[in-house]
Amino acid sequence: MSGTESVAFDTPQRERRADTFAMWVFIGSEAMLFGAIFLVFLVAHIDFGPAFAAASKHLSLPLGTFNTAVLITSSFTMALAHMLAVHRRWRAAAWALAATSALGICFLIVKGIEYTKEISDGLAPLLGLPFRYTGPDPVHAEFFFGLYFTMTSLHALHLIGGIIVIAGMIALWPTSTPANRLRRVVALGLYWHFVDIVWVFMFPVLYLINR
Amino acid sequence: MTNAAMPGTYLEEGSGPRAWLLTTDHKRVAWLYLISLTAFFFLGGAMAVLMRIELATPAGDLVSDDVYNRLFSLHGIIMVWFFLVPSIPATLGNFLLPLMIGARDLAFPRLNLVSWYVFIFGSLFALFAVVAGGVDTGWTFYTPLSTLYANGWVSTAAFGVFIVGFSTIMTGINFIVTVHMLRAPGLTWFRLPIFVWTLYATSLVMVLATPVLAASLILIVLERVFGIGIFNPDLGGDPLLFQHLFWFYSHPAVYIMILPGMGVVSEVLPCFSRRPLFGYKAVAMSSMAIAVFGFLVWGHHMFVSGQSAYAGVVFSFLSFCVAIPSAIKVFNWSLTLRKGEISFETPMLYALFFLALFTFGGLAGLFLASLAVDVHVHDTYFVIAHFHYIMVGGMVTAYMAGLHFWWPKLTGRMYSETSGRIAATVTFIGFNLTFFPQYVLGFDGMPRRYHTYPPEFQFWNVLSSAGAVVLAIGYLMPLFYLGWSLFRGARAPGNPWNATGLEWQTSSPPPPHNFETMPVVTRPAYDYDMKGLEHERFSPHQEEAAG
Repeated sequence: MSGTESVAFDTPQRERRADTFAMWVFIGSEAMLFGAIFLVFLVAHIDFGPAFAAASKHLSLPLGTFNTAVLITSSFTMALAHMLAVHRRWRAAAWALAATSALGICFLIVKGIEYTKEISDGLAPLLGLPFRYTGPDPVHAEFFFGLYFTMTSLHALHLIGGIIVIAGMIALWPTSTPANRLRRVVALGLYWHFVDIVWVFMFPVLYLINR
Repeated sequence: MTNAAMPGTYLEEGSGPRAWLLTTDHKRVAWLYLISLTAFFFLGGAMAVLMRIELATPAGDLVSDDVYNRLFSLHGIIMVWFFLVPSIPATLGNFLLPLMIGARDLAFPRLNLVSWYVFIFGSLFALFAVVAGGVDTGWTFYTPLSTLYANGWVSTAAFGVFIVGFSTIMTGINFIVTVHMLRAPGLTWFRLPIFVWTLYATSLVMVLATPVLAASLILIVLERVFGIGIFNPDLGGDPLLFQHLFWFYSHPAVYIMILPGMGVVSEVLPCFSRRPLFGYKAVAMSSMAIAVFGFLVWGHHMFVSGQSAYAGVVFSFLSFCVAIPSAIKVFNWSLTLRKGEISFETPMLYALFFLALFTFGGLAGLFLASLAVDVHVHDTYFVIAHFHYIMVGGMVTAYMAGLHFWWPKLTGRMYSETSGRIAATVTFIGFNLTFFPQYVLGFDGMPRRYHTYPPEFQFWNVLSSAGAVVLAIGYLMPLFYLGWSLFRGARAPGNPWNATGLEWQTSSPPPPHNFETMPVVTRPAYDYDMKGLEHERFSPHQEEAAG
C-alpha cells in the first residue's frame, strides 16, 4: 500500500490517527491497571491512616522530589521531540528522544538508590528480608511498604518498557520513513506522558499525603 | 462479486507452517485461534466428563478429593480463560470483523498475530502448572486459600492467566480501532451488523476490565513469590479485597463471554427467518448498556462474603437492572421471528436453542440477584446450573451457530446438513439433561466443589452424568463432519444462505485482502425484505406503513 505499515490503511495520515487512537485506548486500559492498585492503597489508607502516615515519613522526600523533577523534565524533552518531528527536524528530534531516555534512566538510578537505602534500613517486607520497622503499628506499616514497593516497581517497569522502546526507535531512526518516525514519536510520546502522570499521582500519595 | 474468476483465495496464498505461523492475515490468525481453542475446549471438557463420572455415585470412588479439586479448577481455568473469553472474538470475530465492515484487514495485523503467540505462551505456562502438579483453588483464585494455603502451582497458573490477559487487551484494542477507523464508505454506525456492535462492546470491556484482573493476579503472585502481603491479614492485608478486584474484572468478563454470542444470534435469526432484525437500534444500544452495567454489579458475587447490607441491596438492584437490556434483546429476537419465513438449517437450530437456553439461564440469574434467595443457593449447584446455562447453553451454542453459519465462508465448503441438525439436537437434549438436574440439586442444597454427596442426591446426579455423555457426543460430532467437509465437502458459493452483510458479498473463501473491489454500503443491515427472497411476498412492513 501507499507507505503504510498495515495493509488495512489507505494513507499514512489515516494510519497515524489510528495509532494515536490505539494508544489512547491502551492508556485507558493502563489507567484501569494503576487505578486498581491505587484503589487498594486508598482503601488501606482509610483503614490504617495513622500507621500509613507514620510509615510514609520513612521514605526519602528529597530523593522523591528530585525524581519527580527528573520525570517532568523528561516529559518536556519528549514533547520537544514531538514538536521537532512535526517540523521535520529529524536530527534534533532524535537527540530529544535520547535526552528523554537518559532522564528516564536517571530516574531509575535514583529509584535504585532509594530501594537500596530502604532495604538496608530494614523497611522492605519482601523475599524474607528482615523487617526492622521501629514506629507504631508495625503490622500495618509493613502493609504500607508492601504497597510502596508494588506501586513504585510497577511504575518503574513501565518506565523501563518506555526506555527500551525509545532505544529501539533511535536504532531504527536512520532507516525509517518520515511518516513512520512521526507516527511512532506521537504514539510513544502519549505513553511516556502517561507514565509520567502516573508518577505525578504516586508521588503525593506515597510521599506527601501524610506530612 | 461472485466467486468466478478469482485469482486465488486466502487459503491458497502460500502453504506450509511458515506461511501459517508467520501470517498477518486476520483470516489465518483466526484459524490459528480456532485450532488452539478447539484443543482447549476438548481438554476442559474431558475434565468435566471425569468430574461427572465421579459424581455418578455418592462415594468418592474414582478420584481422590485432592484430584477432584484439581479437576474442577483446571476445568474452570481452561474453559473460562483459554476458551470462553477468546472464543467468538478471537476466531469468528477475527475472521469476520474486517469482512463485515469492508476492510482489508484489522488495523494492526502484526499485533493480531502477536496476540495469538502471547495467548499460546500464557496458556502453555498455565498448562505447565497442570503437568507439574495442578492447582486446587478453583478458577477464582480466592484468597487467602490461593495465597496462604493452596499447595499447588498457583503462581504459575495465575501468571499464565495474567499473560493471556495481555493477548485479550491486544485483541480489544485492535477491534476498537478497526471499528472506528476502517468502516467502508457509507457504513455508518447504525448500519453496522449487530455482531460488530457486540464485538465493539466486548472489546471495550476487555480493554477496561482485564487490567484489573491483571492487577489482582499479580498481587497474588507478589504475595506468594515475594511475600508482599496485600491480601494477608497477618501482614495488615485484606483477603476480601481480592474478591472485589477479581469480580470487578470477572463479572464484566461474563459479558465478554456472552455479548459476542448475542451478536452471532442477531445475525443468524434474521437470515433464516428472512426478516430484518426487529428493533435494530434497541439491540445495538442494549449491547452497550450491558457493557456499562456489567461494571457495576460485581458485588452480587459477594452477598455472603461479609459485604455490608447496604452494598448488598445496591448491587442486587443493579443486577436486576442488567436484566433489562438482556430482556430487550430476547424480546427483539423473538419478534424478529414473527411472520418470518423460518427454515431450520443447522445454524438456525443452534440459534433457537441459544434463545431457549439463554432465557432459561438468565431467568435463574434473577433468582440469584435477589438477596434472600442467593443466601440460600449461594455456592450450590443452582449457581453452577445458572452460569452453565449462560456460558455453555448460551455462549457455546451461539459459537456453534456461528461456526456453522460462517463455515462456508471460512472454508469454502459445505458440511452435511443432516449431521449438523442431529448434532444440534443431541447437544440441546444432552445439555438440558446435564444441567437441569443441577438446578434441582442446588435448590435442595447440594454444595458445589465436593467430590462426595449424601445418597439422597444420587438420582439427579445420575441424570446429570448421563446428560454429560450425551452432551459430549453432541460436541464431538461436529469435529467429524466439519473435519470431513474441510476436505470433501461440496464447494460453497459466495452466499450460500442468501444472507445480507458485506462478508457474503465476497467469494467463499475470500481472497487474501478480502475484497476484489472495496465495497460501498448504501443500505441498512438486515434488509431482508428487499432482497434475497426467491419470490416476492407480502411484506408486513408495507401493511403497517399503509395502515
